[in-house]
Amino acid sequence: MTYRQARWARGECLEPLVFELSRAGRKGVSLHPEVPARIKIPDNLTRRSLELPELSEPQVVRHYTRLSQMNYGVDLVFYPIGSCTMKYNPKVCDELAGAEEAACIHPHQAEETVQGALELMYRLERYLAEIAGVSRVCLQPSAGAHGELLGMLLVRAYHKSKGESRTEVIVPDSAHGTNFASAAMAGFNVIIVPSNNRGRVDLKALRAAVSEKTAALMLTNPNTLGLFEDEISEIAKTVHTAGGLLYYDGANMNGILGKVRPGDMGFDIVHFNLHKTFSTPHGGGGPGAGPVGVVRKLEKFLPGPVVEYDRRRKRYYLDYNRPKSIGKIRSFYGNFGVLVKAYTYLLMMGKEGLEEVAETAVLNANYIMRKMADVGGFEVKFNGPCKHEVVFSAEPLKRETGVTARDVAKRLLDYGMHAPTYYFPPIVPEALMVEPTETETKEELDRFVAAMDEIAEEARLSPEKLRAAPTATAIGRLDEVKASREPILSWKMYRKLAK
Amino acid sequence: MKKLGLIVNPIAGMGGRVGLKGTNGADVVAKALKLGAKPVSSARAVETLRVLTRAGVEFELITYQDEMGAAEASEAGLEARVVGRITSGQTTAEDTKNAAGEMLELGVDLILAAGGDGTMSDIIEAIGTQVPVLGIPTGVKMHSATFANTPESAGQVAAHFLSEGLPLRDAEVMDIDEDAYRENRLIAELKGYARVPYEPVMMQTTKEGSTGFELADQKAIARWTIELMERGRMYILGPGTTTRAVAEELGIYNSTLLGVDLILDFKLLVRDVNERQILEAIKGKPATIIVSPIGKQGFILGRGNQQLSPAVVREVGKKNILVLTTPHKFSLTPTLKVDTGDSELDDEFRGYIPVIVGYLQTRMVKVV
Repeated sequence: MTYRQARWARGECLEPLVFELSRAGRKGVSLHPEVPARIKIPDNLTRRSLELPELSEPQVVRHYTRLSQMNYGVDLVFYPIGSCTMKYNPKVCDELAGAEEAACIHPHQAEETVQGALELMYRLERYLAEIAGVSRVCLQPSAGAHGELLGMLLVRAYHKSKGESRTEVIVPDSAHGTNFASAAMAGFNVIIVPSNNRGRVDLKALRAAVSEKTAALMLTNPNTLGLFEDEISEIAKTVHTAGGLLYYDGANMNGILGKVRPGDMGFDIVHFNLHKTFSTPHGGGGPGAGPVGVVRKLEKFLPGPVVEYDRRRKRYYLDYNRPKSIGKIRSFYGNFGVLVKAYTYLLMMGKEGLEEVAETAVLNANYIMRKMADVGGFEVKFNGPCKHEVVFSAEPLKRETGVTARDVAKRLLDYGMHAPTYYFPPIVPEALMVEPTETETKEELDRFVAAMDEIAEEARLSPEKLRAAPTATAIGRLDEVKASREPILSWKMYRKLAK
Repeated sequence: MKKLGLIVNPIAGMGGRVGLKGTNGADVVAKALKLGAKPVSSARAVETLRVLTRAGVEFELITYQDEMGAAEASEAGLEARVVGRITSGQTTAEDTKNAAGEMLELGVDLILAAGGDGTMSDIIEAIGTQVPVLGIPTGVKMHSATFANTPESAGQVAAHFLSEGLPLRDAEVMDIDEDAYRENRLIAELKGYARVPYEPVMMQTTKEGSTGFELADQKAIARWTIELMERGRMYILGPGTTTRAVAEELGIYNSTLLGVDLILDFKLLVRDVNERQILEAIKGKPATIIVSPIGKQGFILGRGNQQLSPAVVREVGKKNILVLTTPHKFSLTPTLKVDTGDSELDDEFRGYIPVIVGYLQTRMVKVV
């Protein structure tokens, strides 16, 4: 199959910025000029010039449609970026979240006027608690890493309440980078434990790491290699015996949904990624949702308010009376629209549906792993079946042809597929982390394997083609170092630099 | 115009293929030749020079006579100012030292040196850190952190240095006892430090995942180490650049790079102490040893810091030893070694120990 991405450009310049398209006085929607301002804003807080772009409605629609055509998304292509669970997001979920009852309410509205919204949050909390095997869930965090930070603050509050000063959080070397950052941000010293030759936590190293200073262990299960930590009971015992808590990173929950619960494995705190497992869209840094569940002994530390039900008066209400709470982690109640989408998804799937999600996600990953065994140039470092994702090493291909995992990933874009996660986890050299998810067909998985086979062949015959990739996309290979060291994130920054 | 010095050690690397582990000393060279060893240094140096020429950088080349640089320069088609005098076919370590000394006097901006650990040791013996040095890897032993990955990358780093400039850092110069090595014993010695251009990608391979920001990482480690320090406790600071960063972060700029210093209450107490002085200073007092792995073998005790004898280590106690290493260095030495000369003590260290790898970051590392 040949693929070519749309490239909207004027000469050498890509589609202009919305600010560059702006012309003074051009309008899309006219607001009524005589809306009376009800609040008197002090003069020193009033901005005279907003510097917003001025365009007509068709200009705006065309601009953003063009940008979307120069992009990859789950609505367009196979998107196997490992650990991100880029599954298809059902449109009905978006539709309900966009409905007036959900989209047009305000967090300051009186409780009796938003009973439906409160009921939704109340029920969603209980469903998530059941799925994870915990007793209560806070829906507030806006992202997975935000959930991690809340989790670490709960760990600190718990030990403090017991009069203990525990300063260390243990993290395996295969963990998501956010784990290290979240623990450090909450003021803990991060202790990194190595993986063993089976790609799991090295118990000997873990035993050497735990002490009276251990506050918690952060663990992802299945881990980032897509492998189930089969010694989890022993791991939990080791940490609990030392007096520490167990934190579950929910990024890979898609591999165990409905099959096994973190709470039953011994975890005390769990975060969910609603934008992964529960099929709400990923956005560039938001809006996501990373609810956090806890076992009974940690309930009292959760942020407020929590949604409760008054049986006598038959109404839902927000309970702010939480004296032991760590305080707020986010304004109001979280990304409510995202919660609506996840709730819709849960109701659509039901218990059997969720189990099937995990089964198909795991089956698809194992299918790719087996099919890839016949593709020369890639190997799997740790044997045995995987869960929802599989990590290949392109080391044999690199040895043979000099072509790297990065080159392979970039070349896949030319085949009309998003690249897998590459160079992560760092314990696998030339890593390519593939997570197909359950929403792909067998034909799509076959197409991926065929593309990888063709790419490996290209690496042998014309490696320069791979080094130059991608060439079928709107934009070629980016200078990743420059992009992360000198990012231009706004029109203001761009203008400043142009001067 | 920048001045570039070129020193080629023509006999470096000859012992490798014939299994001699090195060519330090005239008798070994003779033996290597007898065994059919072919010179390797010259061709590699030419390769580096060609990359430099292709890069289109302007520089004045100053080199030594005949096979110590002049021959290579002319083969690469470069004009060079030739200095020095050697007996062709019988070059010695003295020639390398003389060459480095003359280049220092001529004010070169960078010395490109084709050789191995022995060549590097000779150069720093003559000029220390007064002139930046960049190694073209042609030797048998290359445990020093002064070499580019390949002759080609040496050319690229040099071109970058001469055209745009690169930051400088101190890099360990190691050499091993060749006689011992021939008997399968590895005795690596820290010979000193060379000033080298800092180029994290082309100077040494790093694993993905390590930041490569060696200097920033050292500073982060130093800050965290200082936060762990207590008043009234004696800190015994071992040699190395990572430990020196701790001293510098404390405002101590005259710490001993190759020796051991004592620090008390965040101040330098005594410089460059020996075993006896350490034992006297810590008798009956709380003390902590701060060390970092030396060289690519990952020794934390027994290499380059023999002052930290078994008696000192026992007095301080195993749990009071802080080991520091940057992510970059960890990727080169994923396991650690101890060789205090007391095998019972060495055994106590085996297994996993915590090693500080960043601010608020510790890694469990295996001592083998």
